[in-house]
Amino acid sequence: MKRFIGFIKKEFYHIFRDRRSLFILFGMPIAQILLFGFAITNEINNVDIAILDHSKDTTTEEIINKISASKYFTIKQMIVRETDIETAFKKGKIKAVLNFEKDFSKNLIKEQKATIQIITDATDPNTANSITNYINSILQNYQQSKNKDIVIEYQIIPQTRMVYNPELKSVFMFVPGVMTIILMLVSAMMTSISITREKELGTMEILLVSPLKPFQVIIGKVVPYIFLSVINAAVIVVLSIFIFKMPVQGSLFLLGTESVLFIITSLALGILISTIAETQQSAMMISLMGLMLPVILLSGFIFPISSMPAPLQVISNIIPAKWFIIIIKGIMLKGVGMAYVWKETLILIGMTLFFIGLSVKKYKIRLE
Amino acid sequence: MSISLSNISKSYKKVKAVQDISFDVNPGELFGLIGPDGAGKTTIFRILTTLLISDEGTATVAGFDVVKDYKAIRKAVGYMPGRFSLYQDLTVEENLAFFATIFGTTIEENYDLIEDIYVQIEPFKNRRAGKLSGGMKQKLALCCALIHKPKVLFLDEPTTGVDPVSRKEFWEMLKRLQKKGITILVSTPYMDEAALCDRIALIQGGKILKIDTPEAIVSQFPKTIYNVGAVNMYKLIQSLQQYEHVYSVFPFGEFVHYTDKRDLFEISDLQSYLEKEGLTAIHIESTKANIEDAFMELAR
Repeated sequence: MKRFIGFIKKEFYHIFRDRRSLFILFGMPIAQILLFGFAITNEINNVDIAILDHSKDTTTEEIINKISASKYFTIKQMIVRETDIETAFKKGKIKAVLNFEKDFSKNLIKEQKATIQIITDATDPNTANSITNYINSILQNYQQSKNKDIVIEYQIIPQTRMVYNPELKSVFMFVPGVMTIILMLVSAMMTSISITREKELGTMEILLVSPLKPFQVIIGKVVPYIFLSVINAAVIVVLSIFIFKMPVQGSLFLLGTESVLFIITSLALGILISTIAETQQSAMMISLMGLMLPVILLSGFIFPISSMPAPLQVISNIIPAKWFIIIIKGIMLKGVGMAYVWKETLILIGMTLFFIGLSVKKYKIRLE
Repeated sequence: MSISLSNISKSYKKVKAVQDISFDVNPGELFGLIGPDGAGKTTIFRILTTLLISDEGTATVAGFDVVKDYKAIRKAVGYMPGRFSLYQDLTVEENLAFFATIFGTTIEENYDLIEDIYVQIEPFKNRRAGKLSGGMKQKLALCCALIHKPKVLFLDEPTTGVDPVSRKEFWEMLKRLQKKGITILVSTPYMDEAALCDRIALIQGGKILKIDTPEAIVSQFPKTIYNVGAVNMYKLIQSLQQYEHVYSVFPFGEFVHYTDKRDLFEISDLQSYLEKEGLTAIHIESTKANIEDAFMELAR
């Protein structure tokens, strides 16, 4: 046991004396969570639009006022001629143009209908879609307020309610994903690098020719990172609660336990990588290419799994991050307990045991 | 026997690293493996320290089989690999304390064994190992290999890349350790260090050329060696190589070691030949053979 503690102490010296690894450990989680929380967002906020008003009457003015009063849109420009629409888009700032037809009010009263053309910049299709939807709903709203007194015989009124994230904050979606990426990266990459470093510097040779058992070396490598990853997970949760007002509906204890489980899964993967890689560089490449990319692309973190092609949906099942994201989304946003995530938890446990078993089998007690 | 190898062979893919190596090292002996780079010294060390498994043959260290009883050997031996293999980001003291801990001992417990060496690096005990000079690094590595009081010590080229003064000090330390009853197997490419061992094995190309005491190896040298000196060294070597009775010519420091094919050799013959070749300040005298001469002769 004393041997083991001595080994762990040595590992902490390594971590705290290497500025680069310290930065990856503690700088990156904070930077990533802030970046995803503030900068990268799918929400519509203060989108610049332009108006081309051919009629300039009371109705169009009312509609324009309603739109500019919403926090979603800022009216940047009033266009006079049709030909200027193209120029406005090309300048890049304007994301949508509202084109009111001539004699808007008159048509509305006389013919009971008038048209507005909504032209959007679809270079970013998601944003274009959202803009159209938002403008449509503002217009519908206006229409309803006008038609208050008229009774329509058949009317379907959809009542939508967004549950678990009523304000549709995209940070709620990013936090679980970022947490997954960071835990994966810190745990798997850092352990695999630290084990391969011993191989590269030749110290593994001395460790092998010592009474330390292989499993003691491995566990000794892993324990410091479990500890640091738990701190990291806590920092991320605290940041998301206090800065982004993200709720944790479920039990913090369950969240912590599941995080530790996922950390162990990642560490086991890291050990597995280190049994394959001979140098720190290749360990890093395998971790980045083999872990980071699948986590970002196939875990459902950014792109929903249900809209992937079928083969990719199948592949996504072998990505541990997918299951962890389901678990923490459930706990944080829906407030579910173990009764709802036991299946995913079991899958993670199974994967962990598999990785550990495989690395024990592949671990070399000699040099070749 | 403290170390015993019989018919050990090992190949890496197609390269035969060592072939049919057999030798024994007695308890308390300082045994040297002498040979150039690539001779197979490191492979022998790795087989004995249980890091590699030989393709053929058997070996024991401190009475344990290197394959079956590898765990027992790992507890009983100290190993200093050829490349500096300590933690560069740990201080001198932390490195030593770490190796003491993983061998289940403390610095204090075996301090008497390393005292002579450690006092020399103690002034730098708070310096990181990566910032030490070459000689200091080797002394620290030796301390770390000794801290658990091993029965057998394996030192793979401990003085390569170390300055002459530190090399001398290092060998004095080995002699002192030997007196404390530790069996030492050391390898070196430096022939002058060979004379300091009790017995040596000369190896080249994975094969043992000869095993004996340094004195015996030197005394068995079959020919008389002449130290030849002149002003133009390059011309001297060329001229000697073209001499009709030449047997061997090797540059050795400021002189050239020369041996003749004939049993009856007159210094004056060679003197006049060299004068004819236009060399000046010619100096010829007979000298004793050294290990390097013996090695060159055996490797012919």
